[in-house]
Formats: sequence, C-alpha cells, structure tokens
Amino acid sequence: MDSLQNLIPETMLPDMMFYVFAGLTLGFGILVVANPFSRNPVTSAMFLVLAVISMAGLFVLLHAFFLAAVQVIVYAGAVMVLFLFVIMLLDIKDEQKRKIKKGFLLAGLLSVGTIAGLFIKGLHATRLDAHPSPTTEGDTALLGKLLFGQYVLPFEVVSVLLLVAMVGVILLSKKDLK
Amino acid sequence: MEQSQLMQYLPVLMLIVVAIGFAAGTLTISVFLGQSAKRTKAKDMAYECGANPIGENTPRFSIKFHLVAMLFILFDIEVVFLYPWAVVYRDMLADHATRNLILGSMISFMFILFAGYLYALKKKAFDWKN
Repeated sequence: MDSLQNLIPETMLPDMMFYVFAGLTLGFGILVVANPFSRNPVTSAMFLVLAVISMAGLFVLLHAFFLAAVQVIVYAGAVMVLFLFVIMLLDIKDEQKRKIKKGFLLAGLLSVGTIAGLFIKGLHATRLDAHPSPTTEGDTALLGKLLFGQYVLPFEVVSVLLLVAMVGVILLSKKDLK
Repeated sequence: MEQSQLMQYLPVLMLIVVAIGFAAGTLTISVFLGQSAKRTKAKDMAYECGANPIGENTPRFSIKFHLVAMLFILFDIEVVFLYPWAVVYRDMLADHATRNLILGSMISFMFILFAGYLYALKKKAFDWKN
C-alpha cells in the first residue's frame, strides 16, 4: 500500500476513481438498454448488476459507506433476484430488433433534452467552488444511534411491514392453504 | 484524517481489480493459446440426449422459486438493519440510558420476523413435494 501511495498522491486517487466508476456506471447502463451483442433480457439484468456495483463505488467515494453496502446487499442482491424472477416467470423472449420510428425518436430526444437542460441549469446554479469533499461523513454509527434512539418506533414498524409482505407472498403463491 | 477512512477501502479496490484481472486474464490466455473448434449450426444446438430439441428453450419456472426469492429479499432487508445495529451496539450498551433500548428493540424486531418465519414453516412454504 505504501508503494502505491508513493506512486499516486493520496488526494488524487479518489478523483481518478470517480471518473473510473462514473465511466463504468455509464458504460454498463448503456449496455443494459442497448447491448449490440445480445437482446436477451437476462444479459441486460446482469449488466444492471454491474452498473449498480459501480454506483456503490461512487457512494464509497462520497464517504457514504453504509449506503454503498446497502447498494450491494439490497440492489445488486435482492432486487436483482426479483428482476430475474420476473424475467423467468413471465417467460420473456429475446427482444425483437425493432425499427426506430420517427415519432418515438422525437419524443425521446425531447424528454432527454429536457432532463439534460434541467441538469445543466442546476449545475450553473450551484457554486462549483464549494467545498469539494463532503463535510459530513455518511457515518454508520450516527445512523445507528438515530435509528435505535429517536426513531426506534418506525424501526419496529418496519418489522411489521416485512411480516405483512411475508404473509402476503405465502398467501398469494401457495395454492392450497389450510 | 479525512482521506484515511477512504484509504481503508483501497484493499477492497485491489481485491476487485485482482479478481477481475484473474478471470479476464485466464479467458484471454485460453483464447490465444488454445485452439478453437469449428462452429456449426448442429453443434450450437441444445443437447437433449442426442435427439433434436423440441419446444421452448426457456421453460417456465414454478411459482415455488418465486416464494423462496421473495422470502430471501425480506430477510435480506432485515440484514440491512442489523448492520448499523452491530456498529453501535457496544457504545449504546455501555451507555446506561440506552442499554435496554438497544437490546430490546432488536429482540422485538427479530421476534416479529421470527413469527413470520414460523408462519412460512407452518404453511409449508419450503415444502417442495407437492
């Protein structure tokens, strides 16, 4: 580790990693919707896993370590299981190559352009010389103190919510309940 | 000081790079050193005991898989709450004001979810025979 720190200044590494992870997220995101090699929805779901994991890297760089862990556990794990099961249970075929219609192209460009415009406007409104690194750490301990102190009742309600989901899924998918 | 917490994640990054590098490197080397067989349409067909395959190549899955997947997701979310709990557990146990709260809140949380687990067992959610 020491040799690497000598090679690259410590302050530069996070900046470099931001571009790596941001690029990976974008690249995998494009492969989810427009993979030139495969029209299989399962392949898209796998690239979505990679995009989500690259985003976890971005969260680590923002010092949001808990969020990064949750991103991997819940989104790359649980939610992707859900996606894959929807694909497999509904028996979705390979998406056919469709011709691009002019109306759709116009509508897409319009909506993407609007979002891009909003982003650019927002970027201009923010002062870019603000403090570049986050002043508050995404502290897991701080979150835990709040969750098990001030917000302990909502935390207990979550368990009831999970119980309801559990009973619901069993009721829905078991045919002959006694 | 500010960067030091980020630097703790450097080994994780190294692990990812080594893991991807090993997998990609092995595949690349096998492409360069190995010989590739000729591909024909018959060879690319799915193998079904030598007979020509019939029907769909993607069979529909039983709803039982869905049940297991959904239960996995719910218990996975439970793990997310255990994470910050484990981080603050020692601190809050040492504090006299919060020591009952930290233990009691997680015990009741687990108890409610354990009731759900018992329900799943009782309704034979994991019974694959019928």
